[in-house]
Amino acid sequence: MQELSMNILDIVENSTRAGASLIKISVTEDRRDDILRIEIADDGDGMEPDIVKRALDPFYTSKTVRRVGLGLPLLSHAAQITGGSFAIESKKGEGTTVTATFGYRHIDRQPLGDMPTTMTTMIAGNPGVDFIYTHRSDDKDYTLDTREVKNELEDVPIGHPKVIQFIKENIRDSLKEIGAGR
Amino acid sequence: MAKLKIEDLKKIKERVQGETSLRAGERRVKVTVHMGTCGIAAGAREVMDSLMNEIEESGVTDVVVTTSGCMGLCSREPEITVEILDQDPIIYESMNPNKMRQVFKRHILEGEVQTPFVLAKVTEQGK
Repeated sequence: MQELSMNILDIVENSTRAGASLIKISVTEDRRDDILRIEIADDGDGMEPDIVKRALDPFYTSKTVRRVGLGLPLLSHAAQITGGSFAIESKKGEGTTVTATFGYRHIDRQPLGDMPTTMTTMIAGNPGVDFIYTHRSDDKDYTLDTREVKNELEDVPIGHPKVIQFIKENIRDSLKEIGAGR
Repeated sequence: MAKLKIEDLKKIKERVQGETSLRAGERRVKVTVHMGTCGIAAGAREVMDSLMNEIEESGVTDVVVTTSGCMGLCSREPEITVEILDQDPIIYESMNPNKMRQVFKRHILEGEVQTPFVLAKVTEQGK
């Protein structure tokens, strides 16, 4: 993966496959403490403890179409090479939370990348799922809650290309406004 | 705190509602972008993004886009499946934004399968 935002898209795909109806994505840029923190919390099926233990094994996957499962190991590795940490918390029937922290200025820290496109890709691809995206940049923050957007849209689908375009521009402008980094 | 501009969203809603177009239920084409770890690493997000842009620019309203996981052919990613009403689904391989634009214009809009990019045609028996 070239960007952390691609990892986020990938982890969220796990959440949607686990039947999540609400997925919270939070990105925190804390320059004072030199930390970048990414958290993805879903209300999907969750995992049994023994599965959680195996989730970071690249040769374990719950899928049958192939024998490797690289999504979580890739993100874990990307975090650890920057002196960061990685954790999965999961409870069967309640959901899963994945947290990765990175050394913000570490030379090996991948760029966050294109968050607006990551968000609109998951929204357009999963119109039935709700997302809360919070991005904090030091003491400024931005929140996008698709439930609010859907409320406002009434019968217009959130996946409509014009709506998607609007959301993308909104995220892009807002991230600039709060001084979000790369 | 930066926020969503509700006023702008309202305008979009009104504009979309005003379109005398086909609405949900009258879908002619379904495009599935395969978004496994392999697909994303190979550029599936950019493929999906260019598809959304093409749809927006062309103004068509009978094409729906969805995502799915990996099919097991990770080395051929990014892959997309184009399903046109009453036709066999076509799976395209090694897509990128340019190829996506070509498939959108020539196949999805004009009906001509873009053979050089095709991985497989899904027939009744193969389903």
